[in-house]
Amino acid sequence: MLIKKKPTWQLSENDVTDEALMHSRRDFMMMAAAVAGASAIGGVPLSAADERVLKALAYKSGANDLSREITDRSAATGYNNFYEFGTGKSDPAKNAHTMKVSPWTVEVEGHVEKTGKYDLHDLIDFNTLEERIYRLRCVETWSMVVPWIGVPLSAILSKFNPTSNAKFVQFETLADPKSMPGISSRVLSWPYVEGLRMDEAMNPLTLMAVGMYGKELPNQNGAPMRLVVPWKYGYKSIKSIVKIKFVSKQPRTSWGGYSNREYGFYSNVNPEVDHPRWSQKTEQRIGEFRRRDTLMFNGYGGEVAELYKGMDLRKNH
Amino acid sequence: MLSKKQKRGALKALVHLAIALPALWLALNWYYALNYMPHELGFNPQETTHHTTGDWALRILLASLLVSPLARIKKLRSLMQFRRMVGLWAYSYVVLHIISYVWLAKYLDIGEIVADIIKRPYITIGMLAFLMLTPLAVTSTKGWIKRLGAKTWQKIHYMIYGVALLGPLHFIMMRKGIQMEPRIYMWIAVALLLLRFIKKRRAA
Repeated sequence: MLIKKKPTWQLSENDVTDEALMHSRRDFMMMAAAVAGASAIGGVPLSAADERVLKALAYKSGANDLSREITDRSAATGYNNFYEFGTGKSDPAKNAHTMKVSPWTVEVEGHVEKTGKYDLHDLIDFNTLEERIYRLRCVETWSMVVPWIGVPLSAILSKFNPTSNAKFVQFETLADPKSMPGISSRVLSWPYVEGLRMDEAMNPLTLMAVGMYGKELPNQNGAPMRLVVPWKYGYKSIKSIVKIKFVSKQPRTSWGGYSNREYGFYSNVNPEVDHPRWSQKTEQRIGEFRRRDTLMFNGYGGEVAELYKGMDLRKNH
Repeated sequence: MLSKKQKRGALKALVHLAIALPALWLALNWYYALNYMPHELGFNPQETTHHTTGDWALRILLASLLVSPLARIKKLRSLMQFRRMVGLWAYSYVVLHIISYVWLAKYLDIGEIVADIIKRPYITIGMLAFLMLTPLAVTSTKGWIKRLGAKTWQKIHYMIYGVALLGPLHFIMMRKGIQMEPRIYMWIAVALLLLRFIKKRRAA
């Protein structure tokens, strides 16, 4: 039974002072909002994928200092990297509606006691959903602030009783050529693979998201379930997960396989370590004119710096 | 009735306007965006500006290379009068592309720009192409042809073939993963150069 609660961040929308503050932080009107002629936060269907009626979720509010900086929903759902649906930023919003997200089965394999196939609802306890307002930093140097809804990844992983051989956890995205037009292109090797070290996966910040902006995830944002690892570049936060594998060796990720020099396994946000293509010192917050300085670990050093104590972060980038 | 001269003038004005449209579109939409009005620059206007100026610089550059092969066709001989104009427009879009990078992406941070040029091969190549194109733009006038002599002038302007390959290369290297779109530009550039090579062989 879902109990409807009005989340705090929505309440603040009506607060005049906060509204003025939000406006001052935004230099541009969001395109889709302008086209629709209404605020996207109001939940106006804006894209093809939104045609799937996104259910409102019940969750514990996560309002914090970042609430004021939340990116327009229209941008967070209209400007995406999800190469299975095309390499253009607006391709996922246009194409992802073809993906069938219900029922959704996830295969659990490797060094765990309880391997097998699980339904989404066996993995996620929808009565314990919480909101997490996180910065999202893409390696391409743009960034957003997104109010995710989900459960800590640790709550899911511990269900399977990982054995002592489980040193890393590997995730795979759905790779369905029928519903995903991008799969026919060789841009990356499919299925999309990502991974975390076990202690990174168990860190309380690591979230398995099933929703954003008060509702279920739109397809282009990785419905029905995706990872959110806020101190790492966006491509680590793998979307539409169909497989979780517990392994003893560091997984070979899709981007790492394309170029390990460019996309290291850790991929922690780090303004001091440049990507060969992009300086990572600054970032373009979507909706703002000037660039911001990028924060070490995307501002989450307090929670995660300990994980990398004694490691050379230039080498282990 | 318009005289031949008037017709030519009107046609030139039309071509100018057509090539200027993407830049005018950008300017108009930036005006809207900065005044918090509905605009068409998308969620990341800075990125849209880098891409639009870069795309059109490449397209117009390749179009300028198409002029002389087309002008070999008797009926289209008069196209040659547009070649210099199209070439200069290509250069203009390259300059806009560089302004977009230097200002919107780097906020005139010279240290960061120099570091970028040294560290990032696609930027090194882009800058090299810009440096090669600059003397061609400067020496595009009749006066310079006279001063340099037609032969020397022609030799210098063969550099455009190098630029035509470096531009698409810059685009290919900029994109993540293996992508088709920038490759198409490269194929077109190679085809345009091969066309010349074949013609020359035949002539020889």
